[in-house]
Amino acid sequence: MTTTAPERAALPPLGRVCLTRAGVELKEFFRQRESVVFTLVFPVILLLGLGAVLDYDLGAGVDFPQYFMAGVITAGIVGASLQNMAIHIAGERSDGTLKSLRGTPMPASAYFAGKVVQVLAVAVATIALLVLVGVLVYGIDLPSGTDWLTFAWVSVLGAAACTLLGIVVSTLARNGRSASATVTPIALVIEFVSGVFMPFDQVPGWLQDVAAVFPVKWLAQGLRSVFLPDALAAREPAGSWELGTVALVLGLWCVAGLVLCAVTFRWQDREG
Amino acid sequence: MVVGRWGIPSVAAGGGVDALLPTGRGHCVLVQKDSLLPTTRTLAAGPGSEPDPDAAISVRGLVKRYGDRAAVDGLDLDIRRGEIFALLGPNGAGKTTTVEVLEGYRKRDGGDVRVLGVDPARGGRRWRAQLGIVLQSGAGDSQLSVRELLKARASYYAEPRDPDEVMELVGLTAEAGARGRTLSGGQRRRLDVALGIVGRPRLLFLDEPTTGFDPEARRQFWALIRSLRDLGTTMLLTTHYLDEAEALADRVGVLARGQLAEVAVPAALGGRGTAPAVVSWTEDGVRRSAETATPTAFVRELAARFPGEVPDLTVARPTLEDVYLKMIGQVPEGGGTAAAVGRRGAERSQGVSS
Ligand SMILES: Nc1ncnc2c1ncn2[C@@H]1O[C@H](COP(=O)(O)OP(=O)(O)OP(=O)(O)O)[C@@H](O)[C@H]1O
Ligand SMILES: [Mg+2]
Repeated sequence: MTTTAPERAALPPLGRVCLTRAGVELKEFFRQRESVVFTLVFPVILLLGLGAVLDYDLGAGVDFPQYFMAGVITAGIVGASLQNMAIHIAGERSDGTLKSLRGTPMPASAYFAGKVVQVLAVAVATIALLVLVGVLVYGIDLPSGTDWLTFAWVSVLGAAACTLLGIVVSTLARNGRSASATVTPIALVIEFVSGVFMPFDQVPGWLQDVAAVFPVKWLAQGLRSVFLPDALAAREPAGSWELGTVALVLGLWCVAGLVLCAVTFRWQDREG
Repeated sequence: MVVGRWGIPSVAAGGGVDALLPTGRGHCVLVQKDSLLPTTRTLAAGPGSEPDPDAAISVRGLVKRYGDRAAVDGLDLDIRRGEIFALLGPNGAGKTTTVEVLEGYRKRDGGDVRVLGVDPARGGRRWRAQLGIVLQSGAGDSQLSVRELLKARASYYAEPRDPDEVMELVGLTAEAGARGRTLSGGQRRRLDVALGIVGRPRLLFLDEPTTGFDPEARRQFWALIRSLRDLGTTMLLTTHYLDEAEALADRVGVLARGQLAEVAVPAALGGRGTAPAVVSWTEDGVRRSAETATPTAFVRELAARFPGEVPDLTVARPTLEDVYLKMIGQVPEGGGTAAAVGRRGAERSQGVSS
């Protein structure tokens, strides 16, 4: 072949492109008032609202706000990861942002790295806000000792599974509009049956089994082990916190999510 | 008196215009617009031949179907390195489909395609780094400012242009700090163009880039395209503005019903370069016009008939728009090859119609 393309300088290293994408994703999220209010403030309103209305004793000296911390943090993590990814990626796909990016030499991995940074930042901000409000308004007991470690790995693993699931769901949605209309109600239903808004043992048995398929139930259960005294483990379905199973199920969801993402991800709405 | 106006007098032309562009399918000699260009009419290389590895873009027998309808149906095309090629065609002709196959966005159903020597269906990161793409559908919404968007985009490339310089080139300097989604329609389109060129592409795709541009912005865009050409950038442009194609393109191709009806330099499309001129004037209060291959002699003759100025004299040749409209109206069902509008008996046209 006689094509003698002039030698071009090397493309920028992956790390630098990831940094750019992280900056872009943080600005995109925090400059959009609706997403900030919806994702960050909504769980706080939920905590203050339900905390003010529901006021019963769960035994072992645990009041509703203390019990609800695990649930509302779960809702916060799901909002920052699953709902955020599903709605915004579907939007970016519909408005042509993804298609435009696809026409550049930006590696796909840098795009996803940017999203991961965004989810982490939003999730950490949400959790910090909720814990702060919980302590200041309801005087909840903070986790102690190794509970912090459990808090960290359960949150990270749960956020990872929900992020991947959110990316898959964004692809299932027909377009950005339908994603924002359907994802939140579905997430609320799953959260409801996963015992986010009420004690899990009050959820009917067959619904508990349905919930056990999804990662949200395991995320909430792991977080309950952080915020509740071990005496309350007896009220869990297995009579214990099942942290091993929590890790296993969330890990499996990460693997399944990753595979589904790789197989289904599209950079534009479906061709006719 | 208006002499040498390159347009057909609209009202006066009346029935005369139809006679101007005969329907014959004769071949014609092309007039050169640019000395680098070949003098023969080129309908790309014929089907069956191998794609040209040296061409910036080489397409053989491209087919793209939606359902059982073929949007592109056996397209052959070669675009040389450094060339500006304009793809014309009515809405739904298959321009965007063709361009997006070349960009690697759509899968083709048949044919052979090489873009910078690479099959777009298998183009990787290094390949994309050499392309600039301005999509018909734009680059999406954003909360980032114009400058931030350009800086981010530039960071994906090896040797990007300076974002500030690019903003200057497309006339967005005053909007540098404005968020993407607050821009007006035309400003957004300028941003799309800016994003397309910031990576210093060797091959630039422009799918209706000037939609929504005000006249001044369009002229500024033309200047930008010419300076990119001077830097050796190859460009594939689609447009519905024929003046734009004529001003910018080295060659134009007319796409109709999924096939190229003709490829030619703008001045020669549809036999324009050799089509008879139309001389019009007013005589005894009646508007008259005549087709002639020798307008100078005709006008001299005419001048002798009148004591002073010939009333309302114009001499016109078919515009690109005239031949284009003829051409897309004429392609027979199911496509076909060159619907070249040839010249028909130039000397016959001494007849006068009113
Ligand atoms: N994703 C799709 N699914 C189904 N049909 C499609 C799709 N995209 C294009 N078409 C059809 O293919 C044909 C060519 O469309 P295309 O967008 O390529 O036209 P175009 O020449 O770019 O038109 P315009 O000047 O309006 O931009 C049209 O009839 C269109 O309806
Ligand atoms: Mg189009």
